[in-house]
Amino acid sequence: MTPALSAGASAGDYLALLKPRVMSLVVFTGLVGLYLAPGALHPFLAFIAVLCIAVGAGASGAINMWYDRDIDAIMARTKNRPIPAGRVAPENALAFGVVLAVAAVALMGVAVNWIAAALLALTIAFYVFVYTAWLKRRTPHNIVIGGASGAFPPMIGWAAVTGDVTLAPLVLFLLIFMWTPPHFWALALYRAGDYAKAGVPMLPVVAGGRETRKQILIYTVLLAPVALAPAYIGLSGPVYGAAAAVFSLAFLAHGWRVLRDQRDLVAKRMFGFSIVYLFGLFAMLVIDKALGLGW
Amino acid sequence: MSRNEERKQFDRRRRGRNLALLAVLAGIVVLLYVLPFVRMGGGQ
Repeated sequence: MTPALSAGASAGDYLALLKPRVMSLVVFTGLVGLYLAPGALHPFLAFIAVLCIAVGAGASGAINMWYDRDIDAIMARTKNRPIPAGRVAPENALAFGVVLAVAAVALMGVAVNWIAAALLALTIAFYVFVYTAWLKRRTPHNIVIGGASGAFPPMIGWAAVTGDVTLAPLVLFLLIFMWTPPHFWALALYRAGDYAKAGVPMLPVVAGGRETRKQILIYTVLLAPVALAPAYIGLSGPVYGAAAAVFSLAFLAHGWRVLRDQRDLVAKRMFGFSIVYLFGLFAMLVIDKALGLGW
Repeated sequence: MSRNEERKQFDRRRRGRNLALLAVLAGIVVLLYVLPFVRMGGGQ
């Protein structure tokens, strides 16, 4: 048997390359964009659109793992991923990612529409070339700018139905874009040692914990009006507006606690809540529309 | 792990990968078969 063990990889290892946990958030926000968009899409085509978003996101994850295999091997959080653990050969992971990316974009174009396909291609390219290859190892602003790639899915879902991009999907994009920095910096606060060891210039590594905590609070404050925006542009109604206000106050409280209390536990709690926050807001957008209680 | 056990594990993983690939390919065939009917039937 070869020492590369590429042939020893299980189907689960290939699934792990797709970063299923990240994919779940991407699929959920993409689905919400699809549901909120005016008009209707045949359920089968809607299924294909969501499948393409999921596969495209997974493909970017696989290419990201191929590119970052050197630093993944150093960090405790990532050293057991299939490539650094030796279960999948790097070239196989790259081929897997590229084939899936091309297939997802082509299928989206042929089955749904080419605007959604172009947005999906842009998302994949942004994550691979702008975030992974360019920003991640060069600047502490890596996740501020790179966060755009994670913010595209609701816009893709919307475009799958309407074939265009208007103010409403831009607001959904902005919501995820502004949420990304406090989400990742909360994680980076208690993983700073790992990032420093791997030479990744995350904000806590470059500017220190105090500055990161300040930036987290600033972004949390800036995020609050963006979270309320769907209610005042008419995309959603008072149910969402009230929920967004409560969620945002809770997120602000977490930001304030992180600033005042330097224990890892507090940052971990904020990181956990940030996921609940985004899932909660997008779920409330769906509930609001389902209840039909628009302004 | 003995050479024999290693071989068995290798075969098991390869079978799992092949079955997964078969399922994916079958899914693609079904998807591409149904797609034209949906599009021609007025699905947008």
